[in-house]
Amino acid sequence: MSTTATATAAPETQPTRIRERSDVHRQIRLVVTFAIATALCIFFALAVDDPNVRYILGERVTKEFQPKDLNGSWVAWLAVAVSAVALVLAAVNRFPRGAAGVVLGVLVGLMFYLGFLMWVYADQGEGFTAAITNPIPGTIRIATPLVLGALAGVLCERAGVINIAIEGQFLAGAFFAAIAASLAFQPYTGLLGGILAGVGIAALLGVFALRYQVNQVVLGVVLVALASGLTSFLLGQIPGDPDVKQYFNEPPTLPQLRIPGLADIPVVGAALFDQTVLVYLMYLSVALVTFLLYQTRWGLRVRSVGEHPKAADTVGIKVNRTRWQAVLLGGVFAGLGGAYYTVGSTGAFDRDVSAGTGFIALAAVIMGRWHPLGATAAAVFFGFMLNLQTQISFVDKLPSELLGAVPYLATIIAVAGFVGRVRPPAADGEPYVKS
Amino acid sequence: MKLEMRGLTRRFGSFTANDHIDLTIEPGEIHCLLGENGAGKSTLMNMLYGLLEPTEGEILVDGEPADFDTPGDAIAAGIGMVHQHFMLVPVFTVAENVMLGREQTRGLGILDRGKAAELVRELSTRYKLAVDPTALVENLPVGVQQRVEIIKALANEAKVLILDEPTAVLTPQEIDELMDIMRALKKQGTSIVFITHKLREVKAVGDKITVIRRGKVVGTASPDAPEAELAEMMVGRAVNLTVGKEPPKVGKPVLEVNGVTVVDDRGTTVVRDVSFDARGGEVLGIAGVQGNGQTELIKSLLGIIRPDAGKVLLEGQDISRHGPKDSLEAGIGYIPEDRAHDGYVSSFSVRENLVLDLYRRNDFSRGAALKLDAIEKNAKARIEEFDIRTENMNSSLASLSGGNQQKVVVAREFSRPLKVLIASQPTRGVDVGSIEFIHKRIIEERDRGTAVIIVSTELDEIYALSDRIAVMYDGRIVGTVTPDIPREQIGLLMAGAHDGHETQAHETQGGAA
Ligand SMILES: Nc1ncnc2c1ncn2[C@@H]1O[C@H](COP(=O)(O)OP(=O)(O)OP(=O)(O)O)[C@@H](O)[C@H]1O
Ligand SMILES: [Mg+2]
Repeated sequence: MSTTATATAAPETQPTRIRERSDVHRQIRLVVTFAIATALCIFFALAVDDPNVRYILGERVTKEFQPKDLNGSWVAWLAVAVSAVALVLAAVNRFPRGAAGVVLGVLVGLMFYLGFLMWVYADQGEGFTAAITNPIPGTIRIATPLVLGALAGVLCERAGVINIAIEGQFLAGAFFAAIAASLAFQPYTGLLGGILAGVGIAALLGVFALRYQVNQVVLGVVLVALASGLTSFLLGQIPGDPDVKQYFNEPPTLPQLRIPGLADIPVVGAALFDQTVLVYLMYLSVALVTFLLYQTRWGLRVRSVGEHPKAADTVGIKVNRTRWQAVLLGGVFAGLGGAYYTVGSTGAFDRDVSAGTGFIALAAVIMGRWHPLGATAAAVFFGFMLNLQTQISFVDKLPSELLGAVPYLATIIAVAGFVGRVRPPAADGEPYVKS
Repeated sequence: MKLEMRGLTRRFGSFTANDHIDLTIEPGEIHCLLGENGAGKSTLMNMLYGLLEPTEGEILVDGEPADFDTPGDAIAAGIGMVHQHFMLVPVFTVAENVMLGREQTRGLGILDRGKAAELVRELSTRYKLAVDPTALVENLPVGVQQRVEIIKALANEAKVLILDEPTAVLTPQEIDELMDIMRALKKQGTSIVFITHKLREVKAVGDKITVIRRGKVVGTASPDAPEAELAEMMVGRAVNLTVGKEPPKVGKPVLEVNGVTVVDDRGTTVVRDVSFDARGGEVLGIAGVQGNGQTELIKSLLGIIRPDAGKVLLEGQDISRHGPKDSLEAGIGYIPEDRAHDGYVSSFSVRENLVLDLYRRNDFSRGAALKLDAIEKNAKARIEEFDIRTENMNSSLASLSGGNQQKVVVAREFSRPLKVLIASQPTRGVDVGSIEFIHKRIIEERDRGTAVIIVSTELDEIYALSDRIAVMYDGRIVGTVTPDIPREQIGLLMAGAHDGHETQAHETQGGAA
């Protein structure tokens, strides 16, 4: 904070200095955001009549996690206080930059969330009362396929191929993961099946987008329809006879693997480190894709063909070959993401199991500005929202479907430029043809 | 390495861009290619570099037939090229652009950015081409981008180096440096194909000159030949190399600029408190080394970027809050410095590009509907008048040669009544014949009473056109002089050798007002 104070104090000693416009825009953005947050928090706090709220640190009531009581009013007013402080800091343009700013921003977001929860969970009246539960395990689970799908999207689009077909890759991945796991009677083969299916759809995308230069947006929509129709059809072909069915669509699911030590960290440990291998693969994938894209020769080339394919060509890079590689590698991640919906969670495949989450992954790509870490953060945020939607559906305060629209709403706001310049790779979706 | 082209032909549809061209590049020679805009120089070089496939003919390397399907093949054979249109990835740093395709790694394909930056630094000091390896290319002015392109080519240590108009955006000092580099490379045995429209450069470094006109080799010349003769060979008629103009009839100030200051995205003040008047019937030249705030100043006059302080008055009306559309409609003509970025839409046809900022006028539209006949008639007239070499008016701008793209932009800006004409590098990449024509048109526009502002890094052009010269250095106007002062003095001003109080500037400006 002290550094910011000196930095912003500098203009007083240099009267001729003119304030940058970007700085003004930042301030306006912050003031508007925090003003809305503060106003809503005040509403939440005022609306709480019976402040008694129950919460659990775990995901459900167990021996270890017993419901505790909390004064909701108190928490709600604390949220008002925190967002008001942020609002004041923004108003006088003293809101910290860099890491401190991020921390404070996250803190305001967290307090806003708590204030909202108090409003939702207070005043439930007599009888059965729902308790607030730990949102992290659910968020991680829901975010796993979103993150993997978003990584696939980032890889493709960084190479200049628009991938609308993540949803199709999810469906194919989910279906063939179920088949492969059922056939082999063990879940890990399911992952392989998912990967192969994801790469299969990616190969279709590659053939039509790169070889035949079909419009990539139309192509993506067609591929989703194809995957949805094909998996439904194949599902219909599996006989209902339980003796036969078990070989096709009754996959065992991935077991939880507890990482000793890390899983014992209170509150977050079990959520992050008592998960299936798919979740751990997701963590690794984020690191891998980020490293590949920004630290390796291959990544530099991938990004160059997505930005300026002709320039890449003039230095001897094979544009279409590089694009193919990125699209196929993306298929691996999207297929893994698809596997989550069968072997990674419920087991059997059901028609359209992924329920449109492929499009949310696509939204995460855009909201995350085509950067693997940004896309991951966006996917986790969307996972959090979807999880919240499920959680508050037990309380009749707010139509929870409304929260389901948040990912799309957030993306529109992001694309409209509210979170800074959102710019896709320059040659995204443009086939490269030589004359 | 000896490079031969035999009967090299390239057709685009029914149009023959190169017609059986025979050319031999001997080892260690600087071979200059001259020719008008659209003569087919870039096309020929692109075939040599594997970017375009020849329709007919063959390429021989040291007597052996070579097949360059991709630039990769040409690079492997030892050919390097600086392209007329920059081949740089805007969102990459300078070092990343230089390393792309031949990356320095720590093994396992992991990039070694430090080593890449080191190489850029080394090349940039060795060849005196100042660039910051960590800067993002999109933030660099075109002149610096050109230096990056040259460094990129030098890093490859090619045996044959093709330079396609590398000097179009360089400052005179940089051009001298580049010519020194070329001489040094030649001493090492590198052969160089050098394309330029500036005859002075050809005479300074060339060993052999080949002239191409309308896709055919029309002859060779020695660098000792007089400029007028070379010009005539290129264009096929006698060219007047000096601009004939009467003394100006200076009118009232039309555009008044008061204390304009621009701060860029990174918080650096790039234009500092600039004030000047542009007066009707007079050409004001703005001289200065590239990157001293000219680009930003001009953009702020147009409303493309909004000045952070100060006022721009057009005939007494404040236009500093206008966007470019309002400024253009208020009667400002604009020839941008970076034509590919601000001047045209490359996928649009010549016909459409010629009315890009005119289609709202009643001449070309009625309500929401375009008057296609009028647009077509306009295109026919402009193509004829400005001698735009294109297959037809429906060809996309992307298919035109660089100089012809420039002519499209110039032609469009001259086709409406103007109060002020702002031209940044108006003849960038244009051949001598067309320079003569464009200069004539600029002077005619002046004599019609328009206030003309010319920004050029080329002193020849500034001297040829200006009635008054303002010199910019480090975002300031450090002096306003008349074109009768010696070049050395302007050179000193451009290099920032002034006492910092703009004494001279105040005198002359005060005297003029
Ligand atoms: N892809 C293309 N499709 C159609 N026509 C083309 C294409 N590329 C070039 N041409 C045409 O070929 C001719 C030669 O173009 P080229 O770029 O080789 O000219 P140039 O000699 O380099 O001219 P300049 O000095 O203006 O750069 C031009 O008339 C141009 O319109
Ligand atoms: Mg050319």
